[in-house]
Amino acid sequence: MAVLTIKDLHVSVEGKEILKGVNLEVKGGEIHAIMGPNGTGKSTLSSAIMGHPKYEVTKGSITLDGQDVLEMEVDERARAGLFLAMQYPSEISGVTNADFLRAAINARLGEGNEISLMKFIRKLDEKMEFLEMNSDMAHRYLNEGFSGGEKKRNEILQLMMLEPKIAILDEIDSGLDIDALKIVSKGVNEMRSSDFGCLIITHYQRLLNYITPDYVHVMMQGRIVKSGGPELAQRLEAEGYDWIKKELGIEEETVEQEA
Amino acid sequence: MAIETKLPFDQEYVRSFSEGSGEPSWLLDLRLQALAKAEELPLPKPDKTKIDQWNFTEFANHVVQSAPISSLEELPEAVKALIDLNEEVKNLYVQRDNTPAYISLSENLKEKGVIFTDIFTAVREHSELLQKYLMKDGVKIDEHRLTALHAALLNGGVFVYVPKNVEIDTPLQAVYIQESKDAALFNHVIVVAEDNSRVVYVENYISTMETSNAVVNIVAEVFANTNARVFFAAVDNLAKGTTTYVNRRGIAGRDGRIEWALGLMNDGNTVSENITRLIGDGSYGDTKTVVVGRGEQVQNFTTSVIHYGKHTEGHILKHGVVKDSATSIFNGIGKIEHGASKSNAQQESRVLMLSEKARGDANPILLIDEDDVMAGHAASVGRVDPIQLYYLMSRGIPRVEAERLIIHGFLAPVVNEIPIEGVKKQLIEVIERKVR
Ligand SMILES: Nc1ncnc2c1ncn2[C@@H]1O[C@H](COP(=O)(O)OP(=O)(O)OP(=O)(O)O)[C@@H](O)[C@H]1O
Ligand SMILES: [Mg+2]
Repeated sequence: MAVLTIKDLHVSVEGKEILKGVNLEVKGGEIHAIMGPNGTGKSTLSSAIMGHPKYEVTKGSITLDGQDVLEMEVDERARAGLFLAMQYPSEISGVTNADFLRAAINARLGEGNEISLMKFIRKLDEKMEFLEMNSDMAHRYLNEGFSGGEKKRNEILQLMMLEPKIAILDEIDSGLDIDALKIVSKGVNEMRSSDFGCLIITHYQRLLNYITPDYVHVMMQGRIVKSGGPELAQRLEAEGYDWIKKELGIEEETVEQEA
Repeated sequence: MAIETKLPFDQEYVRSFSEGSGEPSWLLDLRLQALAKAEELPLPKPDKTKIDQWNFTEFANHVVQSAPISSLEELPEAVKALIDLNEEVKNLYVQRDNTPAYISLSENLKEKGVIFTDIFTAVREHSELLQKYLMKDGVKIDEHRLTALHAALLNGGVFVYVPKNVEIDTPLQAVYIQESKDAALFNHVIVVAEDNSRVVYVENYISTMETSNAVVNIVAEVFANTNARVFFAAVDNLAKGTTTYVNRRGIAGRDGRIEWALGLMNDGNTVSENITRLIGDGSYGDTKTVVVGRGEQVQNFTTSVIHYGKHTEGHILKHGVVKDSATSIFNGIGKIEHGASKSNAQQESRVLMLSEKARGDANPILLIDEDDVMAGHAASVGRVDPIQLYYLMSRGIPRVEAERLIIHGFLAPVVNEIPIEGVKKQLIEVIERKVR
């Protein structure tokens, strides 16, 4: 069973400290949700875990099954079992979705063990059908000209094709209509197993109605300031963040200012 | 400093070469006129590249005799890979240095009056047609020294003629093989599509050996007459020791369409000029060019679409990759002449730099002499986008492979347009080899 362990993580961007000591453990079989107002460091956490070149870890550790993730290149992290569905996926012209996915799968399998074309196509067809994606999406250039919702669905397609141990979904629900939200949730739920852990970043309880989390965390000022069960998300939906700020004596929740 | 412009071949040589090939007198006259001009005219001045020390005129042999081939099986593997050997009906021309080595055109097309033949045969058998099109309204002999020299020493090429209303579905293919290390090629291609006709022409220039001090001077003239469509694809892949001047010119009549897909993959110094003149109202020009520069090579690519007719539309796309200490200059010119109202000139030039020492320059230019038009351009020079790399790597793809995917994707606009599978595959392989 996979375990992603984050300890006292401090992260800076362009010299500015954004994360100020994050502690979190995600195990296979668990679904965690992170909520929190805009600009509090949620995407920064996901980027730091994946190894985005702009984010510098200045203190703390991230390990996956005891292995030091911070020592790994981005592609090694992915092959070790991490996956990040990005808030803003890149568009790559001239590279078809299918070619890209095959390259990604083969990179995992390693030289000599490449997936056969037949098997790949079968799997791709199956997952695309499951996500109710138009089959021409496979032959379009990666995310190029995709609508906001199509991009999100394409991230989930990658998740299902690559079958990581631990996935981070950064605002996978933003920009989705109700039907798409259900389909994307169906995709994530399909992945649910004791071998799969998931960290869902979202602003909306709505998503968590479809994907029930085991834990809910609230992020403010670059830290996790409160954790609880699914009921925490419901209360946030109903009451907003003010009560937490009051409870913790926080005036400005973004990372910009510190009390 | 005065530059010695003494040419290696004189009037007498040109006269005897022309007579030896049984050329009509108009062509001999044209050659002699051109030879005189070649002595006095200056070299072209491609923007931002100094070419006055390049060798365009010094070569040992003007003509190399090669044998025709009796079977395509005799061709080198690299050439065979370009051709669909299993196809029974071939529309194919193969030239070894300047010798026509193989020609084949389907009976069906012959019956329809299509002409596809080497340029020497063409001037003998279709003299009037050639006289009408050869260096008249397309490329003129007196543009500069290299067009003049080209006409004087023209020693290879092909003539494609598609009569009115004839639509050809399968591509006509030409392969020009450079197989002697010091041969000089003055290759001339003419494609004429008469009214309402349609043709696809695909050419390869390929060296089968290392060259040194070789000279290649290519002129292609393409005519899409009223409502005709020409699709012209080319992959140039000449060796490092070859200095190339290549001039591809298109003239579109009313509602004519000319589309270019050019994979310019030479390893030597190259000046490439591709101009499409949209003369007729409603004509359309689309030119896509991809380029890889490597080693020490210096290349200059000028692409221009000139709008004369009303309601004309022109698109220029240029994507270049530059590595090592190569230099590539991209000049894109969209020009709308006075009177060409309701025209649309668009261009996009992008250069991807793969090393510190590489030099790349994208110069988009819009020259507009008419009010009622649309125009736009985008240009960029930069490195592989680190965020794109991050995205691909975050899926487990190693950096080198991720870069490879991005580069191939960047050059895909031309690769995907190549209509012959073997030629497309070979272009992908050449790119692979060059960017590695
Ligand atoms: N690449 C960057 N360059 C500069 N500042 C950055 C960068 N990335 C993040 N920041 C800053 O770090 C802070 C936290 O940003 P982050 O994207 O992690 O917030 P978030 O919690 O994901 O917000 P949202 O809910 O709006 O997505 C913000 O103030 C943001 O402006
Ligand atoms: Mg965010």
